[in-house]
This record gives sequence, structure tokens and C-alpha cells, in this order.
Amino acid sequence: MPERTVTVASRSGLHARPAKIFVQAVARQGTAVRIRVGDGKPVPANSMLAVLSLGAGHGTEVTLDADGPGAEEVLDSLADLLSRDLDAEEAPGA
Amino acid sequence: MPEPVLDALRGLGISPGRAAGRVHKMAGPPLLPAPVAVADTGVETARAVRGLESAAGELTARAEGAAEPAAREILEAQAMIAADPLLRESVEQRVAAGSDAAHAIDAACAEHREALLAAGGYFAERASDLDDIKNRAVAAVLGLPMPGLPAPGHPFVLAADDLAPADTVNLDPGVVVALVTEKGGPTSHTAILARALGIPAVVACPGVMSIADGTWSSVDGGTGEVRAGIDEQTAAEVERSARAARDRLATATGPGRTADGHPVKLLLNIGSVADIPAGSPAEGVGLFRSEFLFLDRRTAPTHQEQTGAYEAVLRAFPEATVVIRTLDAGTDKPLPFLGLPEELNPALGVRGLRVSRRSPEVLDAQLDALAEAARASGTSPWVMAPMVTTPGEAADFARRARARGLADVGVMVEVPAAALHAHRLLDELDFLSIGTNDLSQYTFASDRQHGELADLLDPWQPALLQLIAQCAEAGRAAGKPVGVCGEAAADPLLATVLVGLGVTSLSMSARSVPAVRDALARHTLDQCREHARLALAAADPGAARAAVREAAAA
Repeated sequence: MPERTVTVASRSGLHARPAKIFVQAVARQGTAVRIRVGDGKPVPANSMLAVLSLGAGHGTEVTLDADGPGAEEVLDSLADLLSRDLDAEEAPGA
Repeated sequence: MPEPVLDALRGLGISPGRAAGRVHKMAGPPLLPAPVAVADTGVETARAVRGLESAAGELTARAEGAAEPAAREILEAQAMIAADPLLRESVEQRVAAGSDAAHAIDAACAEHREALLAAGGYFAERASDLDDIKNRAVAAVLGLPMPGLPAPGHPFVLAADDLAPADTVNLDPGVVVALVTEKGGPTSHTAILARALGIPAVVACPGVMSIADGTWSSVDGGTGEVRAGIDEQTAAEVERSARAARDRLATATGPGRTADGHPVKLLLNIGSVADIPAGSPAEGVGLFRSEFLFLDRRTAPTHQEQTGAYEAVLRAFPEATVVIRTLDAGTDKPLPFLGLPEELNPALGVRGLRVSRRSPEVLDAQLDALAEAARASGTSPWVMAPMVTTPGEAADFARRARARGLADVGVMVEVPAAALHAHRLLDELDFLSIGTNDLSQYTFASDRQHGELADLLDPWQPALLQLIAQCAEAGRAAGKPVGVCGEAAADPLLATVLVGLGVTSLSMSARSVPAVRDALARHTLDQCREHARLALAAADPGAARAAVREAAAA
């Protein structure tokens, strides 16, 4: 199954705004994406609760996986999102 | 109309001032009835899912109504959790296993709450979101009123069991004239919020949730007295006299002093020049947190940027004391450009001056910029370092600051070791500033964010006051100033105690200055010393407050 391992760049980790932006992006893709920390159990990446429960702070390496058509592109775009500091990016309309 | 029965309640006054209005209670969390046998799991699942959807809908609506972008973000995230596919799945599984909708929601939220708590750190803080979601969804399923802020359409006294941040993001201080809670302590969210908004508040007030909605009541946020069942005319009189008192406080100006003229500098805690109000009520700046320059950045600010920001603050108070604290960051307050690794126990790790062990160039650059800002503005700022532990650290900091021509050098006393050796620190320094919030945290081994340990972090704790007394005594012996910044300095009654202990300046937010100035002006130095003696001798914070309040009223 295609995978991407990426370091969480957001200052607050996968928490607060970054978690929200990431989970929303996954939900928009329509592809089942899973996320895990290290060798941990993969959890559905479209679940805010599951993503928060990873406890992935700033600098944590996370691995995304997905299957099916378009999985590679979906993983690329999500990995790119995680490698940016989403805390530093302006909120729309803020 | 409710029956006009006068009922005098008493709690802990934690945000001074008086107010009166009709009481409206925040609907409490719904109580779970006994489990019900489920006849049709399909119908029950639909009920449970509708409950979750109502909670998500309500949170989304609140998010849309939130004025603050930060508050909106928090509520949007909560709405996402309420609509979370995993949460829905857990609820469905529980109904399928025979649970009724309300119990299924309750159990599913509890399960995910545990998972968040297990993630630890700031992830665990989101656990309370699940309580909020559970209460809303269960209320929807049971057909009970949605918990949350009441909206009676007129100004009111808000009564609640306790207030969580989620309850108060939409709180309008123009509509809520006072806060009263059954539970909570002096460092609870309610207390911090009330002081920030400048509205009278009483916490730990048993019986307030038994007052009928709409009952005219008066609240005294100083004495902690709540009188329920007053008539409308009395309420109007209380409001009139409270307004007059506020006006009187606001118009009083001049330097801080006791009734017999003993001077006590009243200074401001600020984060940037924007925090200094026009016609500032204070005599200078007691704590300029320089962190804002460093936030949101991947690289350190340039020399010009730093110099410009310091100069702006120094020029705002050209004749007065301005105390600038060097960067207070570390693994507990991470800044990306410092590149510090995560720590198991950040509050006890590399923070404050300790960052200079790894990156001395950051502090040196900041001292260079401060020295240049001082020359350019023709002022002489006081410079202090945060989180200093030993006289050796103090000496090193003083040497580096003085080498650049900065003459007045001090440190924050936040660690008990520093307080115990205050006299040795003062051998190296020109002044001390006591950061009571961190000093409490370290003295009482209690995390500042830990709600269950709030009583240990009460600034009236006699052991904390003892450490402050020791610092003040060292200052008196050395003839050097010892100030206090932090929540403690903003409590008017506690301010008299601090002055009695020998503290020479008090630093607080601009909003707190008038009430503290007024409290000092009404007591002589000898009375303040008596207050200090009573507070130090008390068995606990409650007894300390009571003894000093009684002495102040006599």
C-alpha cells in the first residue's frame, strides 16, 4: 500500500488549527486515508478524535497510507500539508 | 415573578466590585436517567445520531456567532468532533449492543475522552470538549434544554456550577454584569476571565444554583456576598453606587502610596507598546514581556527590529521605570527558531535563562538591542532575566548586561531556590521581581494548568507569602527594590499584604491598577504590616483572606 512518512511541521503539532485543517483536507479527498505514529496502530485520518489521540506534537514523524486509484496524489498533497507550519499560515478571512 | 425572599449567600470574592441584576443560571449538564430497554435498535440508533447532529449543529451555530477568530476556531473544531465518524461509530456499536441512545452517547464520549487523556499534554486538554459534546447530545436526546449561556435578552447575573472556556467564549461583559459559581477557586477559569473582563465575581458560593431564574440579586465581588431576592429598586441603587465607585476609582490618579504616604510603585505588565492605554494610570512598566517579537518566526528578529520595538516602549515612559524581561521561552513555550527538542517535563526543563546555556547568542543579541534602544531613547531601562535559579546564574547575567552599559540589572524570582537565596542574588543584582504564578507552581509542585490543584496555586498560600517575605527582607537589608508581578499583585486586598511584607512595587494589567491604588490609599503602612502578619500566620489561604478582610473592615 502506498505510504508517506512526514514530520509534523506545525508548531502546535497535530492539534488545534493544524489538526482541523488536516482532517478537513482528508475528508475532502474522499479516499480512505490512515495515519499512524511509528509502528503504532493506523487510525482513520478523517476522524478528528483519532488524529488528536495520536498525540503527534511538533517534529513527530507520522506515516500516511491510502489505497485505490489516486492514492499516490492524495498522499502527496496531504504529506505536503503536514510538512508546512499550518499555525503560521493566515486563517482565511482573519 | 419569583417569590421575593431575601437569601444571603457567601462565597469567595475574586474580582472586586458590586453589581446587581436578575440571576440567570446556565443550564447544567443533563442527568442520565436509568437505562431503558431498547425495543428497536434501528429507531434508537437514529435517535442517538440525531442527538450528535444537534450537538454539532449547535456548536456550528455558536462558531458562526463568535466574534473572536480564536473562539470561532475552537468551536469549529468542537463541532467537527461532535460530527466525528469514529464517535458516531462507537455510539452505533453501543446501541447495537443494547444500550439506549443517551447511555450510548455517554459511554462513547467517555471512551474517546480516555483516549485523548492518554495522548497527554495539550491533546488531553481537548478531553473537556467531549464532556461538552456529550452534555449537548444527551440533552438533545432527552429533550432537555441545551446546556450553555442563557440569553434572557437583558443584562443579568450569570450563575453556574462552574465555567469552562467553552461556556464563556461568547460571554458579553456588557450583558453579564456579574459571575457567581457554586464551585471553582481563585485561580479557576471563572476567576481569570472575570478579572480580565473587569466584572465582579464570586466563586465557591454554595446555594447559588438554587436561586430561581429571574430573581433580582446583588453581588459583591470583594466580600463574596450574594443577596438574592432584593427588589428591583434596591438593585437599581446598587448599580448606581457601583457605577459611582467605578468612576471614583477611574478618576483617582497619581503615584501609588499608602494612607500615610509610603510610596509603592504601581506598574504595568505589557506584551507590547499597544498594551499601554492612553493616559496610562501607572507609573511605568514593571514587566515588559519581550516574547511577542519572537513568536511566529522561524528565524530570530533582526537587531533593527528588536531595537525599534524596545525603543517604542522606552519612549512611552521616558521619565519612568521600565523593566524589560529578556526572552522567556523554552520547551514549555516553544519557539520554532530556537529548535529546542521536546522534553518529558518542559516546566522543569530548558526554559527562561536556561535557554542561554544552549543558545547564548540569542540573549547576547537581545542585550545588544536593549543597550542600543536605551542609548537611542536616552533612557535607562531595567533589565531582568526569567527563571533564574542560582546566584551564579544571576552573576553571569549581570556581567553580560553590564558589559553592554545596562546599569540596572535584576532577575525574576520564580524558583524557590532563588527566593531562599534572595540575599545572595542581590549581592550580584540591583533588583528582584517576584513572578508569583511560577513561584507558586514550583513551590507547591502543582502544574499551573491543573484544574484539580487550583487550591494549591492560590496566591494567598501562607508558604508562598513566606517566600515573598524572605525576598522583601533581603531587599530591605540591601536597600534594593523587590517587586511583585503576576496575579497576586492585581488582588487589591493581597496588595496590602504584599506591601506589608516589604514589597516596593506591584505590576499588573492596566485594568487592575485603579482598585489596587484605592486599596493602598485606604491603609497605612502599619495596617499593611498587620495584614502581612495575619496572612503569614494563617493556616491556609481561606483563613488568610478572612483574617485580612476582617482587619481591613475594622
